[in-house]
Amino acid sequence: MVALLAAAALVGTPAVAQSGVGANYRWLTFAVFAAVIALTMYVTYLAAKRVRSVADFYTAGGGVSGLQNGWAIAGDYLSAASFLGIAGLISLYGYDGFMYSVGWLVAYITVLLLIAEPCRNIGRYTLSDILAYRNDPQKTRIVGALSTITVSTFYLTAQMVGGGVLVKTLIGINYETSVIGVGILMLAYVLFGGMVATTWVQIIKAVLLVAASIVIVVLVWAPYGFSLPGFLADVVADPKVQARVASLLGDPAKAMSAAELGQRFLEPGLYFKAPIDQISLGMALVFGTAGLPHILMRFFTVRTAVQARRSVVWAMAIIGGFYVLTLFLGFGAAHLVGSANIAAVDAGGNMAGPLLAQYIGGGPDSFLGNFMLAFVSAVAFATIVAVVAGLVLASASAMAHDLFVGVIRAGKETTPRGQVLAARVATLIVGAMSIGIGIAAKGQNVAVLVGLAFAVAASANFPCVLLTLYWKRCNTGGIVAGMLIGTIVAVGLTLVSPNLTYPKAVKAAAHKVLEADAAKRAADSEALASGDAAAAAKATKDLAALDKADAKANADLAKWANEETSFMGLEKPLFELKNPGLISIPLGFLGVIFGSLLFRDRRAEQMWNEVYARQNTGLLVSKSVAH
Amino acid sequence: MANPNVVDWDAIIRDPRFQSLHRRKSIFLWGLMTLSVVYYFLLPIGAAYYQDLFKIRVWGVVNVGLLFALSEFVVAWTIALVYSRKASQDFDKMAKEIAAEFGSSKPVREGVIV
Repeated sequence: MVALLAAAALVGTPAVAQSGVGANYRWLTFAVFAAVIALTMYVTYLAAKRVRSVADFYTAGGGVSGLQNGWAIAGDYLSAASFLGIAGLISLYGYDGFMYSVGWLVAYITVLLLIAEPCRNIGRYTLSDILAYRNDPQKTRIVGALSTITVSTFYLTAQMVGGGVLVKTLIGINYETSVIGVGILMLAYVLFGGMVATTWVQIIKAVLLVAASIVIVVLVWAPYGFSLPGFLADVVADPKVQARVASLLGDPAKAMSAAELGQRFLEPGLYFKAPIDQISLGMALVFGTAGLPHILMRFFTVRTAVQARRSVVWAMAIIGGFYVLTLFLGFGAAHLVGSANIAAVDAGGNMAGPLLAQYIGGGPDSFLGNFMLAFVSAVAFATIVAVVAGLVLASASAMAHDLFVGVIRAGKETTPRGQVLAARVATLIVGAMSIGIGIAAKGQNVAVLVGLAFAVAASANFPCVLLTLYWKRCNTGGIVAGMLIGTIVAVGLTLVSPNLTYPKAVKAAAHKVLEADAAKRAADSEALASGDAAAAAKATKDLAALDKADAKANADLAKWANEETSFMGLEKPLFELKNPGLISIPLGFLGVIFGSLLFRDRRAEQMWNEVYARQNTGLLVSKSVAH
Repeated sequence: MANPNVVDWDAIIRDPRFQSLHRRKSIFLWGLMTLSVVYYFLLPIGAAYYQDLFKIRVWGVVNVGLLFALSEFVVAWTIALVYSRKASQDFDKMAKEIAAEFGSSKPVREGVIV
């Protein structure tokens, strides 16, 4: 309750007006936020009474049903990046944005077929439990915990920074306050309610998210009698959409008719330029999801492999259904709000969904429009808090269960009470750390971190989990080598990739813009002088655009005036792929294979029959869950 | 660690019913897995190298690329349903039978890390 008051006070802080909800309707935003927060806090209060044992804290005592877990997985997975980001990508780049969403669903096929059920049958609380089963428990727990903390921290930082910016844009409180607000709320859920509260917060968030999306999509689509070609025909006929495509294409657009420009929005290639980048990113998504510790952890909250399977099938229905809805959210926003207006509020397009909600409700001056915006904003806020809670719980369990109980106090009996205490202390540490990182990373471009989290999960965690479950000869040496090589290669390649800012290239591009603009200016001045009214009007417009481009180029030059190299001391990228998956995933697999072949580990071999028989039959699983 | 003496794991592995479960499951799982990965990567490959095909309009303004992207959802859902149907009708029964025979009634020591 204290946290609720604190959060309400945070939200109530008067601040500079931002785009988003108008000042007259700010009270409405606070009311909707307070309602959502109050609901989740009430659930946490109920959950706190049920959290007694360490199994309650980490896995809700295994008492979650397949359907509930399906919704919770959707709530854990549909982060702000997918909720706001993909609708935004579609609204700005059309087809490519929608194509990007596909990988996020296909990823669950890997989880369903290869990972979910064996993990439920073998594991208990953490990813390292699976690795430690037949390998040296201490060594594998150390590398497993480090990798869990690495992946979760990358993901967490992206969520905290994204969340801070989002809340700031949506309701106009300052960045630091937003980050602290998200952090405190999340800590309240996890500390008091453990996995029970986290699960319910994720379920509530997923239900709200899906409900809000369905309402918006029905309102957008109904005027077309729910006809897909009818709706899209209107989108491509929209001059705003055609203008957006023209600005993306540049010179080649001049030879195209308006109809061609509109149709181009439904064709690939406006966002993804290098096919190989896209394939690399696709690999990281499809294999990385199965290695995300906070997703794996969700399978320990159900009692049997059958329930684990059911939860993935439900999750796929919800997640896939949601991404189909983003098709309408994104194209609807491009048509009704306009790509240029969306990009003006947030260059990444993250505001497409919220702005569409406002438009559908009647626009910025209407009560309903602002209510819809407030509601979607509250859902976005709940989204961030729910995902962050899952990530913190995964990191805290790696710290407390794997490192503290499993390694530091190995061989000693830690009392159940001591284990719960360790879990809560670890939660506090991770929570405080996430707030600190969130504030420290203010203004940084963190989009790359989500891709990196998936890349490390796909290159380190996924090969290790997969091979320890399915390859007889896999052993401790393989796990340690695979984890280290996968992580180091994925992180290392990203550090020398084009994702970082290379001041020399930025400055060269800025100079080029200035030179080209000077030539265009000359042409425009001639047009002005020619006396032709139409040409003069066009030239005036051109000049205004040139002024803007020049200002940006000059700002870049000033910003990087004293720097020549990237953060890593490089003048240009050493590695051309934006996502390292294509290289780092095979290397991670090779690491596990060669590590296993080079080192002998008798226990891993002897335990194979047990691992394989147990993961397929589920023997003993109910006993290891019940307490 | 769970007491290894509780269940005779080696006997399970040797059991012909387990061998048959293992074979059928492996073929089915890895087959579906290969299918889904291949079908998924056809999308970025098509979008990059077969743009002329993706641009063909087939249903009003709706083109092949858009339908193909939508078909990815249908294929993913179908694979999930096919697998879960097969598993619940087939694999679960076999696993249950084996577990019932080899599962021991002896209690496992609790409160220990597995």
